[in-house]
Amino acid sequence: MTDIGFVRSDLVEARPAPVRTTGAIAWAQKNLFSTPLDTVLTILGLLFLAWIVPPLYGFFFGNAVGPNGTVEQCRMENAGACWAYISSEMEFFIYGFYDIPEQWRPNIVFALGALLLVPLLIPKAPFKKTNAVLFLAVYPIVSYFLLAGGVFGLREIPTEKWGGLLVTLILSVIGITLSFPLGVILALGRQSSMPIIKTVCVGFIELIRAVPLITILFMASIMLPLFMPQGMTVDKFLRAIVGVTLFTSAYVAEVVRGGLQAIPRGQYEAASALGLGYWKRMWFIILPQALKHVIPGIVNNFIALFKDTSLVYIVGMKDLLEAVKTKNDTALEWQSGNTATTGYIFAAMVFWVFCFGMSRYSIYMERRLNTGYKR
Amino acid sequence: MQKQLVTLAASAMLSLTAVSAQAAILDDVKAKGYVQCGVTGGVPGFSAPDSNNVWTGIEVDFCRAMAAAIFNDADAVRYTSLTSQERFTALSSGEVDVLSRTTTWTMSRDTQLGISFVGTMFYDGQGFMVRKEDGIASALDLSGAAICIESGTTTELNAADYFAANKMEFNTVVFVDQDEVVKAYEDGRCDVYTTDSSALAAERSKFANPDDHIILPEIISKEPLGPVVRSGDSQWFNLARWTYFALLEAEELGVTSANVDEMLGSDNPAIKRLLGVEGDFGTPLGITKDWAYQIVKLVGNYAETYDRNVGPSTPIGLERGLNALWKDGGIQYAPPIR
Repeated sequence: MTDIGFVRSDLVEARPAPVRTTGAIAWAQKNLFSTPLDTVLTILGLLFLAWIVPPLYGFFFGNAVGPNGTVEQCRMENAGACWAYISSEMEFFIYGFYDIPEQWRPNIVFALGALLLVPLLIPKAPFKKTNAVLFLAVYPIVSYFLLAGGVFGLREIPTEKWGGLLVTLILSVIGITLSFPLGVILALGRQSSMPIIKTVCVGFIELIRAVPLITILFMASIMLPLFMPQGMTVDKFLRAIVGVTLFTSAYVAEVVRGGLQAIPRGQYEAASALGLGYWKRMWFIILPQALKHVIPGIVNNFIALFKDTSLVYIVGMKDLLEAVKTKNDTALEWQSGNTATTGYIFAAMVFWVFCFGMSRYSIYMERRLNTGYKR
Repeated sequence: MQKQLVTLAASAMLSLTAVSAQAAILDDVKAKGYVQCGVTGGVPGFSAPDSNNVWTGIEVDFCRAMAAAIFNDADAVRYTSLTSQERFTALSSGEVDVLSRTTTWTMSRDTQLGISFVGTMFYDGQGFMVRKEDGIASALDLSGAAICIESGTTTELNAADYFAANKMEFNTVVFVDQDEVVKAYEDGRCDVYTTDSSALAAERSKFANPDDHIILPEIISKEPLGPVVRSGDSQWFNLARWTYFALLEAEELGVTSANVDEMLGSDNPAIKRLLGVEGDFGTPLGITKDWAYQIVKLVGNYAETYDRNVGPSTPIGLERGLNALWKDGGIQYAPPIR
C-alpha cells in the first residue's frame, strides 16, 4: 500500500508572479491605464508634463545664466533665469543696507542662532534647560548688541540699515518666541473666572483678530507718531516687531483655547483633587495635553507669521521680499527681461525652504508626542 | 555682571525710543551727530541702493550736502526709507530731520501739513514715451493713440486735460498698478506710455532695447520735486535752503569738487564769499564759514550730482532741460550769497 510513486522531499520553489502583475508595465496598467477614463487622464497628464517641463527646465537650468554669468548673457534673446543677478545682489538680499565690512556681525548672529536652535529642536540633545535659557534670554541680548553695535567698540549700525533676510528672520524669530507664551497666557486669561482678566483678554483677542495686519502696521507707523509727544519717536523696527507679535498672539490664543477645551473636565478636577494650585495644574497637567493637540494649528500660525513679515514693506522696511523688489526696480545695470522674475523666484524659494522646514518639523513633533492617541 | 546687563538692556530700550527735546533741530542734529534723512524705497537716480548697497541719488546727495555743511562729513547721514503714505507723518513727528523723497511741491502740502518746501531739486513733469518706429515726434500727434495709464492718478487727469485742451481724441488703456502699465506698453497693447518724465526715463532704461523708445519733448504738468523740512524752525529751514542754493551757486561759478581747492585762491569776490574766504555766511546759519566749501568738496555742485545720478551718461539719461541753470536756458536759479 506504500506504492506511492513520488514524494517530494522539499518545497516547490515559488514561481515568479505572472508577468502581467509585476514590473513596470503591470504597474502602469494597474495605476495608469486600468479604465478608459484613467487612460485618457494619464495621456492628458503626460501631455501636460511634456508641455510644461521642457520650458521650465530650460528656464531654470538649460538656458539659465549661471551665478558667474554676465548681464549681457541675461539679456540674450532666449536666456532663462538670471542667477547671476541673484549672486551679484545676494548681499543686499541677506543684509540690506548693513555695512559690508560689518557683515560678519549678522553672520555670527545667524551661526549662533543655528547653533542654539538645532540642539533645542532635537529631542535627544542634552542640556535642554541651559540651552533654552541661552536661546531665549542670552541670545536675543547678545544678538541685539552685536547687530546694533555702539558698545564694546562695535560701530553703531542703526536699525534702518538692517534689511533682507536678516529682517525677515529677526522679525519671525522674535515674533514666534514672544507670541507663543503671550498667546498661551491670553488663552488662559480668556478661560479665567476673574471678570477683569477675562474681559481684557477677550477684548484684546477680538480687537486684534478683527483687524488686518496691514492696518496694525499702518497704525504703528502712521498713527502712533501722531499720538506721541512731539519729538519722541519709537524705532520702526520695534514697532513692527510689536505689531507682528501682538497680531500672532491673538491667533495663537484662539488655537490654544481650542486645545484647552478639548481636555475633559475630569482632568481639571483630578488635578485639583491632587491639591495642585492653578499654575501647577496648568503647567503640569492641562497645558502639556492641550498644546499637543494644537501643534498643527500653532505651526500654521507661525508659518503665516513668517510669511506676513513681508508686509512690513508698507512701513518702509526692507524684508527679503522688499529687498528683492527694491533691487528689481533700482539695479539698472542688471535689467533684462527675466531679472525681476528671477528675483521673485529666489524670494519664493527662500520662503518655501523655511516654511516647508517648519511644517516638516511640526509633523515630526506631532508623531513624537502622539502617545496614546495614535490612530 | 547682572547689573551691567540690566543697564545695557535699559540703555538698549532707551536708544530704541529716542526722545528729543523741542529744541532747535540743528542743535538736536549736532548732538546726535548725524542728519536723519527720509528717502524713497528705491527710485533709480533719486534715492536707491547702489551696487555696494549704499544709498545714492540726487536726493540722497542733498542730505549728504547738508551733512557736509554741518559736520564736514558727507557720510554723517542716516536714511529712513519711507512710503508715500507715511512720509509727512515721519517728518512732522521728528522721525526724520529732512524729507528728500520725490515729493511734489504743492500749495496744499506747503500750507496745510506743517511742513515747508525748501526748493526744487528737480523739475519733473509728465511726459509721453512712444516707440521710435511709430515716427511720432510731438505729443500733438497722439490723437486717438492708445495710451497706457495708471488709474486714479493725477497722471490720468493731466493727460485728459491736455488732450481736451488740444481737441484730441483721448483713448486710454487703464491699469491699477504701475508695473502692469509698463508691461502692457512693452507688450504692445498700447502705443503710448505716460507718467512723470523721470520715471519714464528710468522705466525706459529697464527695457530690453531702450533705444527703440523715445520720450516726446512735451511736458504737460508741473511736478517740482524738492526737499522738505518741518515748519517752525527757520534756522533749519534756512540751512536746508541755502545748502540747495550753494549747490546751484557753485555750478554757476564753475566751482567743482575737483577744482574747489584751487578756487580758494580765486580773485572772484562771489567765489570768495561762497567758499568762506571772504565774509562769514555760515555762522548765522549755526555752522562754520567754510560750509559751502565742504559741500562742494565732499558732494560736488549741482551739475556734478545731476550728471552722476540722472544725467545723460547714466542709465536714466535725462537731459538737463528745465533743470539747467537760468543762464543755460533752464530755471534753476539761486539768489546771490552776499
